[in-house]
Amino acid sequence: MVATVANDNELFQGNAVPVPGLRRHVLDLDDFTAEEITATLDNAAAMRAVLERDVKKVPALRGRVIMTLFYEASTRTRISFEEAGKILSADVINMTASASSIEKGESLLNTGLTLQAMGVDVIVIRHPHAGAPHFLARNLKNVAVINAGDGAHAHPTQGLLDLYTARDHLGGLAGHKVVIVGDVLHSRVARSAVWGFAKAGARVILSGPPTLMPDPLTPGGWGTTGNNGVANPLANVSIEPSLDAAIEGADLVMALRLQSERQQRGFFPSLREYIRRWQVNDQRMARANPNALLMHPGPMNEGIEVSSGLAHGERSLIEEQVTNGVAIRMALLYQLAGAVAVEN
Amino acid sequence: MDSDEIRRAVTRMFHEILERNHGADGLLLAGIRTRGVPLAERLAEQIRQAENVTVPVGRLDINLYRDDLSERPRMRIRPTTMPVDVAGRTVVLVDDVLYTGRTVRAAMDAISDLGRPLRIQATALVDRGHRELPIRADFVGKNIPTRQMELVRVRFNETDGIDDVCILERGTA
Repeated sequence: MVATVANDNELFQGNAVPVPGLRRHVLDLDDFTAEEITATLDNAAAMRAVLERDVKKVPALRGRVIMTLFYEASTRTRISFEEAGKILSADVINMTASASSIEKGESLLNTGLTLQAMGVDVIVIRHPHAGAPHFLARNLKNVAVINAGDGAHAHPTQGLLDLYTARDHLGGLAGHKVVIVGDVLHSRVARSAVWGFAKAGARVILSGPPTLMPDPLTPGGWGTTGNNGVANPLANVSIEPSLDAAIEGADLVMALRLQSERQQRGFFPSLREYIRRWQVNDQRMARANPNALLMHPGPMNEGIEVSSGLAHGERSLIEEQVTNGVAIRMALLYQLAGAVAVEN
Repeated sequence: MDSDEIRRAVTRMFHEILERNHGADGLLLAGIRTRGVPLAERLAEQIRQAENVTVPVGRLDINLYRDDLSERPRMRIRPTTMPVDVAGRTVVLVDDVLYTGRTVRAAMDAISDLGRPLRIQATALVDRGHRELPIRADFVGKNIPTRQMELVRVRFNETDGIDDVCILERGTA
């Protein structure tokens, strides 16, 4: 019996369903399809199982070099990437802007070219300016770039870990009501989470002081259809400044970190007023669904955007988000490090 | 091979597994995803019917242990699940086709990371030859000589809705 097929033999026999979209970089979630998000979350679930073993080490990325390049302070994101890379057996090198040639005025492009010349496979970058990771990705031919937070623009790995945590506990994402409360305007976490939750079919309500809400009239942003009549994933996203109204029937509430400098710049009159109207606490959670869950990207201002009791209570997924962050970053590093070699 | 031939091969394999190991005590069947899993479950079911003992069946995903990540596109990884601790057990790796031996090598590494088994044995429904590593199967359903240009496609009811084994020509479609 002879027939013809195009598949490679091992692909045929193995466990090989490719992740859709041959992605080279992870810059934001706006260019992820729903299928790619699902595949990435599924891979993260397998990675999570590795994290729960006695021996937390697999050889998948042996011989790969991952560089974390942080121009801004960070604990959990940087350490999470480092742990993810090390569990996958990659070599991880950490570089912070304050202790490098960047202090001597080296440009981002030259730093990137230098790292590329040293044979780095993946650069994980956090930068205060929106678009810095995109700039690196455009200019480096042989390196995969992961955005670990750029200005107020995007934080895609945080968005994916939020999706993973939510999906794990809600049993799915489509149709669920997600409230994101706080300084949405300046939050890269919110921006990426909105894309992710909206693409996964959740209903997203943004809440907070009207001065800290994004402008729904921004060109190219909101509405029922985007360019070319393609259905806009953001059609399921709306704004409700009153948290008491927004939280009604919510399945998940995500509180954002409030930076106190926003008050000095006049975005809201006083911390006390912010707490009174937008703090997520037990009374407010009582208006949500009985099993509603709480997330926070950290670091938390306990007693400001979220009450201490709730943050450490049964409904809080905050510590689990951190664990899942390692699993998500393992999944992304695995997916990308394979792709770099394929394209070279 | 058609479904009857597969059934007869599985029957012989489970007898050989029991004979070699003096019964089912301490056995753990580890199916290598995807099609090693239904094969392992069939072996376990036959052992249960013949000997009235339940042999645990694990599922092994070996993508994180492959040595050829750079040669293939990104794969979906699924969890490895073992119903019992591998330590002190006789772990029987179960796969549909034995070819280069690289999958078995990866599976041995994966098992070793979970604990220290008493011994590891390898089972394949089809041994098609062309080994690239010093690895052989302990139990084989059928030896099928092939050319490297060819593919061996195994399908199971559980995964593909049909039981058969075919030799296919590679890459001309």
